[in-house]
Amino acid sequence: MITRRSLIVGGAGVLLAGCDTIAATPVAGELFDAGEAFQRRLQRLLTSRTALAPEYLPEQRSPIFRANGTRKPVGTDYQSHLDSRFADWRLRIDGLVAHPLTLSMAQLRAMPARTQITRHDCVEGWSAIGKWMGPRLSLLLDAAQLSDRARYLVFHCADVLYGRPYYESIDLVDARHPQTILAWALNDQVLQVANGAPLRLRVERQLGYKHAKYVHRIEAVESLAPIGAGKGGLWEDIAGYQWYAGI
Amino acid sequence: MDKPVPIYRHRLATRLWHWITALSVVVLLGSGLTISNAHPHLYWGQYGANFDTPWLSLPHFPPWMTIPSRYNLALARDWHLLFAPVLAFSLLSYMIASVLNRHFQRDLRVRTHELRLDALARDFREHLALRFHDPDHPAAYNLFQKLAYVVVIFVLLPLMILTGIALSPGMNAAWPWLLDVFGGRASARSIHFVTAALLGLFLVGHLALVILAGPINEIRSMLTGWWRVPESKA
Repeated sequence: MITRRSLIVGGAGVLLAGCDTIAATPVAGELFDAGEAFQRRLQRLLTSRTALAPEYLPEQRSPIFRANGTRKPVGTDYQSHLDSRFADWRLRIDGLVAHPLTLSMAQLRAMPARTQITRHDCVEGWSAIGKWMGPRLSLLLDAAQLSDRARYLVFHCADVLYGRPYYESIDLVDARHPQTILAWALNDQVLQVANGAPLRLRVERQLGYKHAKYVHRIEAVESLAPIGAGKGGLWEDIAGYQWYAGI
Repeated sequence: MDKPVPIYRHRLATRLWHWITALSVVVLLGSGLTISNAHPHLYWGQYGANFDTPWLSLPHFPPWMTIPSRYNLALARDWHLLFAPVLAFSLLSYMIASVLNRHFQRDLRVRTHELRLDALARDFREHLALRFHDPDHPAAYNLFQKLAYVVVIFVLLPLMILTGIALSPGMNAAWPWLLDVFGGRASARSIHFVTAALLGLFLVGHLALVILAGPINEIRSMLTGWWRVPESKA
C-alpha cells in the first residue's frame, strides 16, 4: 500500500539517488565548471589584488600545527637530501622566463624574507595558525624575469601521491600577491619534513591543497593543459577538486 | 456544506523563491553532510584541528543521507558551491520583491501583542486541534507559521549565507570584518553547522505541517497561487 510516509521517504531516496545520476552527466560537469568560474570571477571582482588574508598575533598560533597529505616523500633521493640537510637541494625556476635560475637553500635563506602569521584552511574543514617565513615569489619571478606570455606558475614537488608527482599551480594575481611566499621556516624553526621541508608554497587566499610542499621547481607556463592531466594540480587531476581554491 | 472557496494566497515571487530555495536547501544540506564527514569536529575561535579540543564531534552521516551517496568531498563541494549562490541571490531577489509587493509588510509583520505568552499558547492549542487558519482571515499565516518564516527568512538563511562566505579564504581577504563578526573561522564554521541543523529541524516541521494541513491543497497553492479555504472545523 502506498502510504503518505512511504511516498515521502521514497521521494527523498529518489532525490538523493537522482543527484548521483545527475552528477555523472556531462551537463552536470559543465554546470559545476560554470559554478566554479562564477565564484572565481565574483571573488576576484570583490577582492582587490593586494587585499591581505588575515594575519594573527604570535599567541594566536595553534599549539600544534598538524601536518596533512604526504608526511615524508618516499625514496632514497629525498632521504639523502634530508641526511645532508638539503645542502644539495636546488630550486629551479624555468619555463617562460628570460633568466632561468637555480637557487640553493643557502641562497634562498639569504634573500629578504616575509614573515607572516597566517591561518591554513584545509579543504576538509580544519584550520591551523602558524608563522611562516620565506622570500616572496614575486622577488624570485623578477630575478628570473617572467615573460609576458606567462600566465601561470606551476610548482613541482618531490612527493608522489597515488603514483603521480604532486604539483600545483596559481595564476599571476596570486603569484604577485604580497603574501605568496616560498616558506623555509615554520614557527621560528627550519621547516620540518611533515610540513614540506625544505620549501613550501604559501598562497594565503586559497585552501590548503594549493600550498605545495617539497617544492624543487617553479615553471612559468602559458597553459596548464600539457601538465599532468591538465587540470592544474594533482588533486584537481585525480579527484576533481577545483583549481581556484579561494572558496 | 459550502463548497471550498479558492482564494489567491501566494504571489509569484513567493512561489518562485519557495521552490528554488526548497531545492537549494535539500542539495546544500545533503552535500553539507558529506562536507561534515570530511572533518566531523567543531571548534570555537580562530582555528581548530585534530590536536585542538572540539566543542562537538559529529556522527558520521550514512550514505543514504549524503550527496553524493559515496564519499567524495570534491563532488560534494561542487554541489554545495553551485547552489550556495543560487540560495543567496534568490533570497536577495525575494526580499527586494517582497518589500516592493508589500508581502513582508502585510503578511509577515509580527506585532508585539502576538509575542505574548497567551497568544502563543492559544496558537499552540489550535495546532494540536489541527486548526491552521483563522476563518475570519483565511489567507493569513497563523502565528507559529509567521514566526517560523520570519526566523528562517531573516535569521537562519542570512546566517547560513554570511557564515558560508566567512569560510572562504578568498572572501576573508575581501571582507575581513565578517570573520570578526563571528569570532573567527572555527566559530563561523560552528555557527554554520548549528544553523544548518536548525534549518533541518524547520524542514522536518514544515513538511509535517504541510501534510497535516492537506498536502494536495497546500502544494497546489504554492504552485498556482490559489488555495482552497478548508472547511472550518467546529
